[in-house]
This record gives sequence, structure tokens and C-alpha cells, in this order.
Amino acid sequence: MASALASALDITAFGVEGGLGADPDLLKKDIPWQRVLTAAEKRAAGALADLLIPADEHGPAATAVGVVDFLDEWVSAPYETQQRDAKTIREGLAWMDAEATRRFGKLFADSAAAEQSALVDDILKEGSDARKKAYSFWKLFRDRVAGAYYSTPEGWKALGYTGNAPLAEFPGATPEALRHVGLA
Amino acid sequence: MAHLKTSKSRAATYDVVVVGSGAAGGMAAYALAKAGVKVLMLEAGRHYDPQRETPMFQSFADAPLRGSSFPQKPNGFFDATIGGWVVDGEPYVVKKGDTWTDGAVENRMKTEQNFMWWRARMLGGRTNHWGRVSLRMGPLDFKPRSTDGLGFDWPIGYEDVAPYYDKTDQLVGIFGTKEGLENNPDSDFFLPAPKPRAYELLLQRGAKKLGIPVIPSRMAILTKPLPGRAPCFYATPCGRGCSIGASFQSTTSLIPYALETGNLDVLPDAMARSVTLDSQGRANGVTFIDRTTGKEEHVAARAVVLGASALETARILLNSKSAKFPQGLGNSTGHVGRWMTDSTGTSLGGRIPALENIPLHNEDGVSTMHLYAPMTPERQRAAAKEGSPRGYYVAWSGGRTMPGLGTVTEGLRVAGDVYGKKLKDEARRYYGSFVDLHARGEMIPNDKSFCELDPDKKDRWGTPVLRFHFEWRPEELAQILHAQRTFASMIEAAGGVVDSPPVKDPRKAMTAGGSVNHEMGVTRMSARIEDGVTNSASQLWDCPNVVVADGGVFVSNPFKNPTLTIMALAWRACDKLVAGMKDGTISAPA
Repeated sequence: MASALASALDITAFGVEGGLGADPDLLKKDIPWQRVLTAAEKRAAGALADLLIPADEHGPAATAVGVVDFLDEWVSAPYETQQRDAKTIREGLAWMDAEATRRFGKLFADSAAAEQSALVDDILKEGSDARKKAYSFWKLFRDRVAGAYYSTPEGWKALGYTGNAPLAEFPGATPEALRHVGLA
Repeated sequence: MAHLKTSKSRAATYDVVVVGSGAAGGMAAYALAKAGVKVLMLEAGRHYDPQRETPMFQSFADAPLRGSSFPQKPNGFFDATIGGWVVDGEPYVVKKGDTWTDGAVENRMKTEQNFMWWRARMLGGRTNHWGRVSLRMGPLDFKPRSTDGLGFDWPIGYEDVAPYYDKTDQLVGIFGTKEGLENNPDSDFFLPAPKPRAYELLLQRGAKKLGIPVIPSRMAILTKPLPGRAPCFYATPCGRGCSIGASFQSTTSLIPYALETGNLDVLPDAMARSVTLDSQGRANGVTFIDRTTGKEEHVAARAVVLGASALETARILLNSKSAKFPQGLGNSTGHVGRWMTDSTGTSLGGRIPALENIPLHNEDGVSTMHLYAPMTPERQRAAAKEGSPRGYYVAWSGGRTMPGLGTVTEGLRVAGDVYGKKLKDEARRYYGSFVDLHARGEMIPNDKSFCELDPDKKDRWGTPVLRFHFEWRPEELAQILHAQRTFASMIEAAGGVVDSPPVKDPRKAMTAGGSVNHEMGVTRMSARIEDGVTNSASQLWDCPNVVVADGGVFVSNPFKNPTLTIMALAWRACDKLVAGMKDGTISAPA
């Protein structure tokens, strides 16, 4: 919901250098800022994003719809909200690689699927050291990755959004939908 | 759309200069041009063409940052606003704590400043992105003081405006249904309303148990074609603008219609500064800044219509100082800038488990609510016993809207720390099962809420800017609490669970003054010159060949979003101006 998004993202700065400006061309996606993520950060981000959102019968995995490119675009933006996220995300990705190296002798992206899951499960475990270090990163990363994924037409399909299609008449709720909610 | 490419290409003189191009200026230009009057429209912002510039079917992935807000686009990348809470080089002054400071971009639910001012700098103004809610004021809304002793009565009544509501409804195109609810007048010209969505039917069924009527919304969105405008195809968000003209914008209807007469010139990038007078104290033109050169220009006219938005119009009048009117034009009894109101706003979210895993279907519709809960005088009187004398309506958003960056966040919060296949299943399960209820309520004008010229600050062209005083009073605070309780009972009656309990401190869940963009009253009409700025025909008491066409003339600001009434009153005022100039009752320069 747009309103929820607007209140979730605090707006505090104005007139940012190198930003999108006050009157961008709305038909174009021109990103004026330089990307900051390193190749290593992008590999770690891609591996974690695909662990969060793998391919299934409803749609492709996160990296297949450009989620890593979005993360790079996002954390490189010159606005305060994105700069705050950038700190959390880049530190978090570095921690994932360091922790995987410590535990498995490999970068996170090079770890086996079971090892990657074990690491994430540790982050989610109440009281764990990993949770103290990386839980706030994990939550933010998951929200951004899921948001980026589901804003794409592939993500729409995976979520079950069937709109954005012109109709001669708006049919309202279908009979099956009405039965589902107990209205028919 | 044709427009003058430079200020030098304007004619030497016009019958009327119209300042502004939105609901007020657009309607004034339409009414005057149709009446055979030669009109120049001045728009402070740039030329804007929705047919060329609207991102209709784009996904949020087609926008930078997935379409998220950033300081210069507080409603997101695709919002059809050039402008917003801050306009570069055009400051306004607000209070933060005890300090005066420039108005800044803030979250309007959490702002520390006392007031926020949304300005559009584009042809069509705020009609390009507005909410389209089109409600007639009722008979009681014109006579609040006579009804309950609070606020002020208008010098006109519903019967004076009703013929113009009828004309405006037919021109603009508004869908709705005849309901016969007291003080919520129906139209004989409603277009068919779209069918409700599943979550709206659940809210309606729940509200029935609470005795709250839920009826089809009333929106300026075509469900049948009008000249030059296609009907809605139920696919794209109205806030981006509408290239097919289904959703009402002055840039796809009023302005092109007026241009067809050959009687209108449109001059963008022309920022009106003041109204000038001749030796007899009659308006004889407008000074403006040509934004492309930064130079001041003057255009001569026999009359002036101000439709710059209520606050900008007040600023122009306060800056129109002369020997005869040293406190500004229209201000001889000191009312310009006073009695400033905005609508109240508050919201509460919840989720309705019955909607989880609903069979897939398209819920886009007209992109805003298809049903809403108006307030009847009977419920209003009951609320008055709880300290909330003035009404509000309940509207909502929800359902299976086009997914963006924040769409699945709430669902995943409910689902917990899931990832992998489970995340995808849970996202699918919860998608579309959330609702946000929001209220728009009436504020009673008070003497602590007003604007004036800042003693020092000027904009980039050296024109004094506004500073704002604003206070919500106990009546509004009680109304917010009442609305919050109503939200919670409505969500629960629909089988839902609220995100959080209704607030105890209304200030924590209330919009900042000005942030609903319903600023009204600062040039109010009155029966006597002692009590206001314009007469009942919206002409300045000080100078009747100046007409105020925007929301400044509103004496009350009822919970009936103002745009429809602004258009009806602008049309009425222009008819009276033309008649007065013809029969000589309004004296105008030759």
C-alpha cells in the first residue's frame, strides 16, 4: 500500500546533489548516481536473495528479475533513507561473508545450500550471537529484496496480482472470491 | 495543447486575467471563454501534457528506487505532481517548537512543524494528481453556526450552489448512486458506479451491524465517455494522472475545452505577484514574474480572477499593496489570511483473515475506494455528545493493488521470519488481506489558525512569502479519537484484526495542518464587509472586479472534499462577473 510505504520511509532531506531532481521524466528510468556495490558484495547479495526467494512453480528466483541490480541502485542513492539502508546492508553482507569464512572456510556465495541455510537459521535463533550481529540486517534485506522482487511483472505473477490490464467493465469480486469470504 | 511559448507573445490586453490553472483557474477559464470573454491564464509552473507525460501501465520496477518517495517527490516517483511540500526557491515559514523556520519535507503524520503546504508547479495544478473524491456540501454545511452554534454561516446556501453542482457534474463526470441520505446530496447526473471489491463488501456488511451506512463512493472518474475523454479502463493508478482523460484533470478537459473557443491564451512559467489598480481603485491587471527570464511583467485586463490555490491567492492579495489598500487588496477589514482550515486526517490499519488465499482476481478498479462511509447528521449529533461536534467520513485503501516495494512487508511481518519457498507461499497468502481505514473530517475555523506575510523572508524573485500559524482545537482532537474508535469497530465488524489499538493521544495519529491539501477560508465570503473578504458572488468587497475562484472563499470546510464545490463556485462567480461587467454593476476599466 502506497500510504504504508510513504510512512515507512522517513523523508528528511531535500535538494540532494546527484539525485533525481524535482521534475524527472516519468517515462524513463534514468539513474544519475554511480553504483557503489563491489563485485563481492553483489555475489553475497545475490546468494542471500536467492535463498530468501528461490524459483518455484509461481515464478523465478530473486536474481533472475534483477534484484541485485535494484539493491545496488538503492544503496547507491544519495538520499538519507537509502544511505541508512546502505550502511546496514553493506555491513551485513560483509558479516555474512566473514561468518561463512569463519565457519565453512568459504565465502557465503560459495557455501553449500545447507551451510547457507544453517547460517541464516542461526541469525533467526533467539539469543544467538549471530542474531545480535545480523538480525536487523536480515529483516531489512528481506524487506527490500521481497519488495523489489514483487514489484516486477514476474513478481506480480508469483504473488497473484492479475491487474494492470484494461477492461471494458469492472466485474467486481468473482463468485469464487465471494464464496471464499462468505459473501455468496 | 496550445500555449504561449513566451510571455512576449501575449496580447496587449485581455478582458480577464485568470491566475491559476487547476480546479479553480481551469473552471474560471472555461466559464469565461465559453461566455465569449478574452482570457489570459497565468500558470506559475511549467506546461504539462498528460497525454504525453503520464506513466500509465509502468510497473514500479520501471521507476528509479521502485517508485519510492524521495524528498522532491513525497508521493513517489510516478505521482503527477511537480512540486510538493517544498518548492525550490519558494520558501514558506512555519513554527517548529518556538522557532520560525522554513517549511521542510517531513512525514505528515510525524511532522514537528505546525503546518505543511503542498504546491504544484505545473499546468493543471493539483487536479493532475488529486484524490477525485467529489462530494456535494449539504444544506447544513453552509449553515453550521445556525445548526450548532459553532463556526460561521455562509452568506449563501445549498440552493444557490445546486444549479452549479448540476452543471459541474455533467461537465466533469462523476460516478455515484442516489442514496437519499440527509445532508449528503445526490446528483441527477451521476454516472454508474463501479462494483465493489470483496474487502469493501466485508466492510459494508460489518458496518451495517454498527448502523454505519456504506455506499458507493462519488468520484470524478468517467464510467461512460464524455467529449474528448475515454471512460476508465480500470487498470492504472489515478495519482499518476490519466492520459485517456477518464480521471478528471483540468488539463484534459477544462483547459482544452476553453482553448477550443479561441478565447483563451495559456501562459505557463508566469508567477503572479500582485493585482494592480487604476486611479479609480479598480483592478486593471496583474504583475507576474516570467520564470524563464526572472523579470517582472505586467498584463492589462478589465478584471482579474484569482484561482492560485487559497493560500497563494491570499499571498497575492497581501502583496497587492497600494496607497488605497496599504494592508493589501481585499484586506480592508483584516480578514485576508484568517480563518484558515484544513481537513483533519487519521488512519488505522488492520487485516482481514477471510481474505487470505482468496481466489485470484483483478481488484484494480478505479484505483481508489469504490465504497465509503459518509456521516449523517444523526450520527454526527451522537458524536457531538462525545465532544466531536463535526463530522468525518471513512474511506479506505486495500485489496490486491499493483505490488510495489512495500506491498508484502506487512504480510511478511505477520508471517514471521520465513524465507525460501515458505516466504513465497506466505507472501501470496497475505497479499490483499490488509485494509487501511482513513478519515477526512471537518475543522472548525479558529482565530489561532491563519497566515500572514513573513516580515523578512522573500522568495527568489524578491516577493514576500507566507508564514503560518496553526492549531487543532479540542473539537478536532475529539473527532480523531472518535474516528479511531470507529475504525477499530469497523475492522473488527468486518472480521478483521487491528494493527494496533485506537490511539489514546489524538496528536499521535493526526495529520499535520495543511497536509491533507484542503486549505480553505483565508479569503472567506461574507454577508457584510466587516466579516470577510468577498461578497456572496466571490468578488472582493474592496474591488469587485477581482474575483476569488478557489477555496479561499469557503466559510466552513466540511468533510465533503472541496474540489467539486470549488469548481461549482468558480463557475457561479464567473457567470456573475460577466453579467456584472455587461450590465455595468461591476465597474471595470475600458
